[in-house]
Amino acid sequence: MNRQILNAPTMILVTMMLSIAQISIARAGDDQVLPPDSVYHLQLGVEDQNGDLIQLDRYKGQPVLVTMFYASCPHVCPMLISTIKILESELTEEERDQLRVMTISIDPERDTAEKLLQTMTDHSIDAHRWSMVRPDHGDLRMIAGVFGIKYKKLPGGEFNHTTRIILLDRDGIQLANTEQIGRVDANFLEAVKTSLR
Amino acid sequence: MHLIIALLALALLSAGDIRSSFANEFVPIPTGEFRSVIPEEEDDNLVAVVAFEIQETPVTNAEFLRFVLHNPQWQRGNAVALFVDDQYLSTWANPISLGPESDQKQPVTQVSWFAANAYCGWQEARLPTWYEWEYVAAANEELADARALPEWRQSILSWYSQSGSDGIGEVRRGPKNHYRNYDIHGLVWEWVDDFSAFLVSADNREQGGADELQFCGAGAITMEQKENYAVLMRVAMLSALEARYTTRNLGFRCARDTGYQQ
Repeated sequence: MNRQILNAPTMILVTMMLSIAQISIARAGDDQVLPPDSVYHLQLGVEDQNGDLIQLDRYKGQPVLVTMFYASCPHVCPMLISTIKILESELTEEERDQLRVMTISIDPERDTAEKLLQTMTDHSIDAHRWSMVRPDHGDLRMIAGVFGIKYKKLPGGEFNHTTRIILLDRDGIQLANTEQIGRVDANFLEAVKTSLR
Repeated sequence: MHLIIALLALALLSAGDIRSSFANEFVPIPTGEFRSVIPEEEDDNLVAVVAFEIQETPVTNAEFLRFVLHNPQWQRGNAVALFVDDQYLSTWANPISLGPESDQKQPVTQVSWFAANAYCGWQEARLPTWYEWEYVAAANEELADARALPEWRQSILSWYSQSGSDGIGEVRRGPKNHYRNYDIHGLVWEWVDDFSAFLVSADNREQGGADELQFCGAGAITMEQKENYAVLMRVAMLSALEARYTTRNLGFRCARDTGYQQ
């Protein structure tokens, strides 16, 4: 490797400069006082349904529901979307206005921005409060790891995956999650309402 | 204070012959097919593996120390709770030195998936997939796939029955396998990139109570070749982990695609 060709004094100088640069970056981050378990420590760019590059923390400052899905999923994923809509229907209009939703595709190859936009249109989803995003393929396991979501791509192009809906508070801390699909999880709904107060 | 010590340590490391003390070469693994314990399809457990390269040994304490010196955000105390649990690198004397409990040549353990993933990224590599790891783990010293040999199975099982009783040994003490890898079995368990692809837990543990709606898509994974108990134990262990967990027996090694240019 090139690094080893450099002589020792140069190497020391370079590593010192590198270390100082990294430390100043860390300090800049500290100013935002992100809690240590905030998912927003994942500083990743994703593409949304409009083809815009956004940060995963687009909705920082507001409670957010997050889930992972794929748009071509035949049965459960549409139910995942409708489960979130059922939950929302249990909220007052004021509460709903404050809540944000981000659904993250585990199939970025097939879920293009156009496909995601089509899915949102098909489900009459309010784009002011809701984003469908596609991460880089290389970031998927990291995102799934943060949310405790398991997924496996099957030979036919479908996926097995955990259907988990996660509630984030304003700082990106995971307050609650549910794996109940097709009906309202009363405890989860209560957690959502509390987070909106 | 830590900054000064870190810089001094870096200077020492840089001035020494880092090539010899940190060499953990990537060895080539050829393209092939094998029968996995986790079949992709219900009636076909033949899995294709495309040629790749994987490190000879698990990543050692010395190698991981070098990583955290260059990447302070991964030092114990700096790494955020989103990415590591509270036992992260807990066997080290302090965030930037190993101490008597952790030998340089021991595999690093108490590392989370996120930390292992970051280390491999820093090496311009990645974690191996489960199928890649399982493919390599099928080899003994002579054969690429020794799994049919009862004595081979027995030797692996005997390690599982004794591991954890006394400390973790140094790398490269055991024999080289067919591909020139050391310590695939016998020292530590290893993270794989797609450990979160095992959906076996919710299906097989809750007998009869599997909530099919938990999973989107086709049928759940079934585990084949129950006689390969030792490898199935790895699957069971990995499937129970979360990406921020660390354990005393869990380390990792990196892989990369064939054709990598240095």
